[in-house]
Amino acid sequence: MKTKSNIERLLEKGEFVVTSECGPPRGSDAEAVRKKGNLLKGVVDGVNVTDNQTSVVRMSSLSSCIILKEMGFDPIWQLVCRDRNRIAIQSDILGAAALGINNLLCLSGDHQSFGDNPKAKNVYDIDSIQLIYTAKTLRDEGKFLGGDEVKGAPMLFIGAAENPFADPFEIRALRLGKKVKAGAEFIQTQCIYNVEKFSKWMEEVRERGLHEKCAILAGVTPLKSAGMAKYMKKNVPGMDVPDSLIERLSAVPKENQAEEGIKICVEMIQQLKEIEGVRGVHIMAIEWEEKVAEIVKAAGLSPRPSA
Amino acid sequence: MIVAERKLFDDLYAKASKHKKVLLLGCGTCVTVCMAGGEKEVDILDSQLKLASRERGDDFEVTTHTIVRQCDDEFFDEETSRKIAAADAVITLACGVGVQFCSEKYPEKRVYAGVNTVFYGATVEQGLWEERCAGCGECIVDQFAGICPVARCAKSLMNGPCGGSSNGKCEVDKETDCAWALIVKRMKELGTLEELSEITLPKDWSTSRDGGPRRIVHESLRLDEGTKKEG
Ligand code: SF4
Ligand code: SF4
Repeated sequence: MKTKSNIERLLEKGEFVVTSECGPPRGSDAEAVRKKGNLLKGVVDGVNVTDNQTSVVRMSSLSSCIILKEMGFDPIWQLVCRDRNRIAIQSDILGAAALGINNLLCLSGDHQSFGDNPKAKNVYDIDSIQLIYTAKTLRDEGKFLGGDEVKGAPMLFIGAAENPFADPFEIRALRLGKKVKAGAEFIQTQCIYNVEKFSKWMEEVRERGLHEKCAILAGVTPLKSAGMAKYMKKNVPGMDVPDSLIERLSAVPKENQAEEGIKICVEMIQQLKEIEGVRGVHIMAIEWEEKVAEIVKAAGLSPRPSA
Repeated sequence: MIVAERKLFDDLYAKASKHKKVLLLGCGTCVTVCMAGGEKEVDILDSQLKLASRERGDDFEVTTHTIVRQCDDEFFDEETSRKIAAADAVITLACGVGVQFCSEKYPEKRVYAGVNTVFYGATVEQGLWEERCAGCGECIVDQFAGICPVARCAKSLMNGPCGGSSNGKCEVDKETDCAWALIVKRMKELGTLEELSEITLPKDWSTSRDGGPRRIVHESLRLDEGTKKEG
């Protein structure tokens, strides 16, 4: 074990890990972060904190991480390449480690055209794989990208995201291999609705032996309604929502669709848990954090091993 | 070539109508090919301005002239200089380079940009131009089977597609090809897909615009000391 990360420790012990997500508020109210935190307290092993997700300006990911850390969480700090160059990135990594952050999730970031500042200039000085490489170089080589020595290496557990459903499919497992080679130790996937296609991807992952080199946490997002399912299928790039799921939700009266969505999510977790190489789940209940406890419990993953 | 697009008419009219005599200066190279600022476009703008000024009762005179290239000293000949001198202001329909070069040559003259310079690209089909290069100063396009991720991926990703690539299209716009979908397809055809498992390390952007205005010097082509331009 390299770091003080709770999820690294649990994964090493062979536990099936449960993580969730918390989107920072669109303002400076720390209480809003705590409120979300309270819904997840004792329910999961780690909480991701998103970094200006969908390019909408929010409270900084690192600040929100600190607020959650004060509450006793082991936050997973998300960092995107859209808004920072390599100078800011390396500096923020050092700062995060100094503040006791133990987990870093490296992402490219959604394009700014999706957000509330479509006129912004993006940075992309480095990409997500180069970001993984940067974090690993700082930690394991004790070197900055420029080659100078780091005085006090940042001991972060390094993760990345992967979307098994994005195109082109034939590059996905190869690209995951690249992330692992660059230094990713855990992977959280895009939310899975098509378990069959995910299994196919996992097959390729196993063929390349990647499941032994990194811990794969399967992503799930409970659907609130048939409408939401249709919306995601149509409008979220790289999202695969099978029609059978939409039909199942549509068959239920509107007022019961949320409940059905939770049920589907729980079933999905149980199926994913059985796939060889899946080491945990990442539950992204967007603005529905109050349901995470219920999902974890119904999936038989409660209580969580204590930190 | 450099690809540009003419600015909106009202914008150009507002500039022209501030002066008594305006010269529209076209350029015969890139902007002619991409139909933004050649002789033909100069004539069109000329007619539009004249018609509108008559309708709106504004009183200004418009003249026209087009030279082979506005980014090269030799084409600003005597006739051109005379026409520029006779006007109060110049609207050049050359790319941003031409606009600056023209302003540098005639520092006393008010020079306006008549086009928006957009990218380095190619004519993909008649009436369609697409970006192909961002002039990054260190060409790595052959690592990617001849498809440039710097210029053609919305995030300039160097190590494979983002999670938003869908059915060959970019997450930013359903009409735009995902550069990485093209790279993967081409490398598959070439049987070189596994080459992509090599990590491309952070790029050196100091050769790009980020390093400040760039210069290329060919000592062998330079003139005698006395006639050299200091810069
Ligand atoms: S790698 Fe640089 S020089 Fe080569 S095509 Fe792309 S932007 Fe142009
Ligand atoms: S979809 Fe393709 S072109 Fe668009 S940002 Fe992602 S990788 Fe780049």
